[in-house]
Amino acid sequence: MPRLPRPITVEGPPPDPRPLRRKRRRETGTAWAFVSPAVLIVLGLSIVPVIWSLLLSFQASDLVTPSRWVGLDNYRALAQDPNFSQAVRNTLLYTVLYVPLSLLFGLALALVLNRRIRLVGLYRTLIFVPFVLSATAQGVLFSFILDPEFGAANSVLHRLGVSSQGFLSDPSQALLVLVAITLWSGTGFCVVVYLAALQDVPQSLIEAARLDGAGRRHLLRHVTLPTLTPVTVFLVLWQAIQSLQVFDLVYVTTKGGPLGSTTVIVYFIWEQAFKNATAGYGASAAYVLAVALALVAGAVRLVRRRGRHRLEGARS
Amino acid sequence: MTATSARPGTADPVRGVLDPPAAVERRRPRLPFSPWHLLLAPLALVFAVPLVWLVLSSVMTNAEINRFPPALWPSGIDLGGYRYVLGNAMFPRWFANSLIVSAVTVAANLVFGSLAGYAFARMRFAGSRVLLGLMLATMAVPFQLTMIPTFLVMKKLGLIDTLGALIVPSLVTPFAVFLLRQFFLSLPRELEEAAWIDGCSRLRVLWRIVLPLSRPALATVAVLTFLTTWNDLTWPLIAINHDTQYTLQLGLTTFQGQHHTQWAAVMAGNVITVLPVLLAFLGAQKTFIQSITSSGLKG
Repeated sequence: MPRLPRPITVEGPPPDPRPLRRKRRRETGTAWAFVSPAVLIVLGLSIVPVIWSLLLSFQASDLVTPSRWVGLDNYRALAQDPNFSQAVRNTLLYTVLYVPLSLLFGLALALVLNRRIRLVGLYRTLIFVPFVLSATAQGVLFSFILDPEFGAANSVLHRLGVSSQGFLSDPSQALLVLVAITLWSGTGFCVVVYLAALQDVPQSLIEAARLDGAGRRHLLRHVTLPTLTPVTVFLVLWQAIQSLQVFDLVYVTTKGGPLGSTTVIVYFIWEQAFKNATAGYGASAAYVLAVALALVAGAVRLVRRRGRHRLEGARS
Repeated sequence: MTATSARPGTADPVRGVLDPPAAVERRRPRLPFSPWHLLLAPLALVFAVPLVWLVLSSVMTNAEINRFPPALWPSGIDLGGYRYVLGNAMFPRWFANSLIVSAVTVAANLVFGSLAGYAFARMRFAGSRVLLGLMLATMAVPFQLTMIPTFLVMKKLGLIDTLGALIVPSLVTPFAVFLLRQFFLSLPRELEEAAWIDGCSRLRVLWRIVLPLSRPALATVAVLTFLTTWNDLTWPLIAINHDTQYTLQLGLTTFQGQHHTQWAAVMAGNVITVLPVLLAFLGAQKTFIQSITSSGLKG
């Protein structure tokens, strides 16, 4: 029997989508294999510890012997601990000084560096370089420069006829010196973020404002600054969170001293948990800090949302 | 028309309105350079001088540093500090430790971050939304909240006082997963779908098609992971006690505490600690700055 010629059909995927669906179903296994390392690490060393910390904060624990349930005692003790309230005050003062100053210097420098002048690249590099140094390196370097006896700073002051300063060993100066060191290393971050944002200010908007007769000051006030608002909000949040969590620099330079004048919250937590063997107490302080950070983030987000509404209202 | 407006001397009212700054500049008395340099040069100096001092003091003799008032400029290049730090102290060991921890952490973040980021970007699976939400939420958890239990976990695993304790908690960060996921989402889908339907495995698609297109995002993850790992002090301080397992940061601060008067050696150690980061930054400045700003602006 002669074979019938086979009808010419394209052997494409059949209209029935079952194979694709099967392929998708088989994919669940692959997907879980892909995400499992990340899920294991992130959840295991983040979600679980968050709950663990909460439980720990209701216990008296030295991390070695079995711990004892004490309810809210840790939090009650925290509220009355003068060392903790001093740490809170120090941290707030540090933040309140550092955040606005770093933003202000950052914005001013970015506006200047946004001009077409020679060597701008070099200036930007020099201003940014300190940012990549570790807090340890900064701390060790400035401990040396500001050393009351052997430091270059007092050497220069001596030559200028100014009396020697205590700097990091003077309780009334230490925290301000720490702010200055962080400004030295952290301003560059604000500069590059603002510079990147300035690139995004629409050129057409500037041209239009110029045509309408806007001077430089008007351009800055009514065109440039408003378009930078989202970046400013981000920077406020970012810098505030960074400075509320400052630790490394304090550990390297002053270890919280002199006379507790630079004890910040994280230093207090570290000391309680890993030096004084009162981990439960440290955990309760960590929870207070975490709640404060969440409040800052929430407040900033609220401001941002309100700002956006106002902008949209103005546009319509 | 173009020729008319370009001809010099032609009265062109439109040009006049468009270019007021040029007219103003012509009247100004001319400096051989922009007046902004008068402000910028001293400012840049303020940022540069401490770093210059770091290098200068590392090649001074202790006698030069310890007299009062101390010398501001070395009389010659004295490598005594470096010799001490590289010979007697454990800096070479600490350098190697830092290098191992940073290299493994960066590599692990690239691998696991890509895998998870890709799954979250392109694959639909049960629980993906919840997991992604949880991952995002953990980005907001401050480290101080997790450090005590993480210490206890590492102790249970027997990793305290080993480099493992430094590596395991940061094998993959939610930041890496999220950043790579966002980048993968921005890539055109068609290429991958075609290869996938042709029978390529997801892993092959990721390796052959997606990752070669994702170099900028991978560079960002690598740069930021390296920077935070190399520079970290808090976690090594908690997890490491024995000086053979120190990282450079921990070693440097301990060394400073023990050699308080040997500033030349301390500064030599400090130069060694910052050199890798500085060289990496100067070598790939554009990538560094882009990574740091882009991660910032997206946040």
